[in-house]
Amino acid sequence: MNDVPLLNVEHLTMRFGGLVAIDDVSFSARNGQITGIIGPNGAGKTTVFNCLTGFYKPSVGRLALNAPHGTFLLEQTDGFRIAQQARVARTFQNIRLFAGMSVLENLIVAQHNKLMKESGFTIAGLLWLPRHRAAERQSVELARYWLDRIGLTSRADWQAGNLPYGDQRRLEIARAMCTDPVLLCLDEPAAGLNARESAELNELLLEIKAQQGIGILLIEHDMSVVMEISDHIVVLDYGRKISDGRPDQVRQDPAVIRAYLGEEEDEELPPEVAEDLAQRGEAGAI
Amino acid sequence: MAVQVQAADIAQRAELDFAGILKRAAVAGLVTFLLTIGLVGFETVSSTGQLRLHTRFEAVAFAVAAVFVSYVCFEFLRARRPMIPLVVGAVAALVLLIPLVTGDPDLQWMLPFEAETLDWAALVVPLLLVGRALQLATAARARATGRQPPAVLGRIGVAFRRLTPLIGAALLGFAIVLPFLPFADRRLIDICTLVLTYIMLGWGLNIVVGLAGLLDLGYVAFYAVGAYSYALLSTTFGLSFWVCLPLAGALAALFGILLGFPVLRLRGDYLAIVTLGFGEMIRIVLINWWWFTGGPNGINNVERPSFFGLPFDRSPPEGTESFHTFFGLDYSPNHRVFFLYFLILACALITNFFTLRIRKLPLGRAWEALREDETACRALGINPTNTKLTAFAFGAMFAGFAGSFFAARQGFVSPESFVFIESAVILAIVVLGGLGSQVGIVLAAIVLIGIPEFFRELKDYRMLAFGLGMVLIMIWRPGGLLGRRDPTIRLHAAGEGAEQKRR
Repeated sequence: MNDVPLLNVEHLTMRFGGLVAIDDVSFSARNGQITGIIGPNGAGKTTVFNCLTGFYKPSVGRLALNAPHGTFLLEQTDGFRIAQQARVARTFQNIRLFAGMSVLENLIVAQHNKLMKESGFTIAGLLWLPRHRAAERQSVELARYWLDRIGLTSRADWQAGNLPYGDQRRLEIARAMCTDPVLLCLDEPAAGLNARESAELNELLLEIKAQQGIGILLIEHDMSVVMEISDHIVVLDYGRKISDGRPDQVRQDPAVIRAYLGEEEDEELPPEVAEDLAQRGEAGAI
Repeated sequence: MAVQVQAADIAQRAELDFAGILKRAAVAGLVTFLLTIGLVGFETVSSTGQLRLHTRFEAVAFAVAAVFVSYVCFEFLRARRPMIPLVVGAVAALVLLIPLVTGDPDLQWMLPFEAETLDWAALVVPLLLVGRALQLATAARARATGRQPPAVLGRIGVAFRRLTPLIGAALLGFAIVLPFLPFADRRLIDICTLVLTYIMLGWGLNIVVGLAGLLDLGYVAFYAVGAYSYALLSTTFGLSFWVCLPLAGALAALFGILLGFPVLRLRGDYLAIVTLGFGEMIRIVLINWWWFTGGPNGINNVERPSFFGLPFDRSPPEGTESFHTFFGLDYSPNHRVFFLYFLILACALITNFFTLRIRKLPLGRAWEALREDETACRALGINPTNTKLTAFAFGAMFAGFAGSFFAARQGFVSPESFVFIESAVILAIVVLGGLGSQVGIVLAAIVLIGIPEFFRELKDYRMLAFGLGMVLIMIWRPGGLLGRRDPTIRLHAAGEGAEQKRR
């Protein structure tokens, strides 16, 4: 195993005005491992992802990606460049496919930057040069490989928006993989899947981990998924990290049990208020 | 399916609420009365220098009666009782058709309007009634005999879509041979040239709105930049049309980038408002920068395009040749008209082929992906700003080409030609045609530009008909006339995807 972790998050803090969504969270993710991020609703899991993939600029913190092709400080990189240069890919909690385009087109758009270069920034493509045609064939091959992996080859020409929900989830993962990432961030990939689809998803993720050897960050509510396939779990609650370790360690951690069972979840309350209430509750108990 | 049939049966058995229907029809009639009494009931006529009030109460009465009766009929249709509407519609259609077809002056009093075209238009409602009633009747009989009603409209739609490439090819062939057909007179070719200009503008705007999904309400600004670029370059430096054409395109593209850069951070409605503002700004600059652009007077005597160096003059200057002397033809003013027609046809086709090609390139796919979901694009490492800018620039470039053609054809440019309504018409062509559909834009341009040109008689009602057409298309084909997107690349041959659901 590598000594330097693929992703090193140090003291990540994200404030929105007075609201502290993430408060001084540090963790790391390694190559060839699935790192699960769990926590009750509103714990700041998706905010961590948004910071990692450049949708938010973190207020404080260092996000270092030690990829084989170089080291990147994600907090200093512009949104789309994180995907383009640092090669961090992500999926979304609410599926964001290009619904009006075909399944195959979704996978080819994901290879945009490579194809753009090969099409001579459109000029070679307009002139129908062989270089661009070869690159396009290659991109179709890659798309086909992933279509075979997720079992959607026969529906390659469907409009992506017409696919069943579970297929859309898998297509989004395949699309992220088509960008050739070093780190794959999956935001609740099992949400809305039935037990069978969820099991298939586990298999797919384990395969990706084993064959591609990339790091996977996984936000998930479904404990059966996380506990089963994660090598390492980070637990967030109200923006703080409350536990970090192997699944069996995390499962027994009293802080985690309290977070999941001992407190009422209330999405309406901002974290500080909820935290304040919780502290008062504890004080009263003592 | 079973649920639908059941629902239809229930609807068929439902009792008619006569009082309610009459009440609603009366309200509709009242609204019609209030709307038409001011607009139609009174007309100011200027005769021998003085303004007189002319009343047309009979037209108002007709409108109210027509709305009342048709409302009742449509309610009957909705309650699935086709007989009465069928009879009423057939009688009304006959009453209109007999005087229209025979042209008998004794029967003219039966016609509701003064203009013949309007009377023909009035036929639409009874025909609609009859058509829908017949459709209901056959559906009811099919249900009674236990057969599935044939989905005629659906089948026509499928056939039409399958034929779209053929329609495109047929239109292209027709466009090429049109000037050589016996009925092609100068007026027809002029109208077709105008329609082609709008088709080209529609195809250009389609890159921005249809592919990249950026709602641009100021597209006419780039048209203006192209027109003024040619006019100024030609009158100031004496450059020929063929030199100015690429320059005008490049200048318009540059303007597209300059305007786009600050604007494209905005999304949706905000982008639309700001582009609207930019469109107006360009026009106002053209009016006020009088020492450069000629102000409201515009620029006169812009050089007409030559046939690759051969002008279309009747008597060329000494020692030079003109088109007709070079080819040994008799002079005809039609040569220039035909040449301009072919020129804009070629320009429009270039725009079309560019769009068809770029849709299959990574840039075009990125445009469409941006239209679908900008956030997902960023997550895939697509630079949204640059990608949008290229769409803006390419769209502007084609508007620039069209603009310089416009200036060359008219021989005169002024800010009057580049008002907001032009942007709105071009946008309407793109939206009605079906965003992203090339053939749809052609049909929409013919409907919106060509037909009103032929029906100059209805000048006053043009915008009304325009609005009515928009409303009808929004109701029946919310995706536009041919609003269906085919994938730009397929893994399987086209027929295999037959099981795919329709959008």
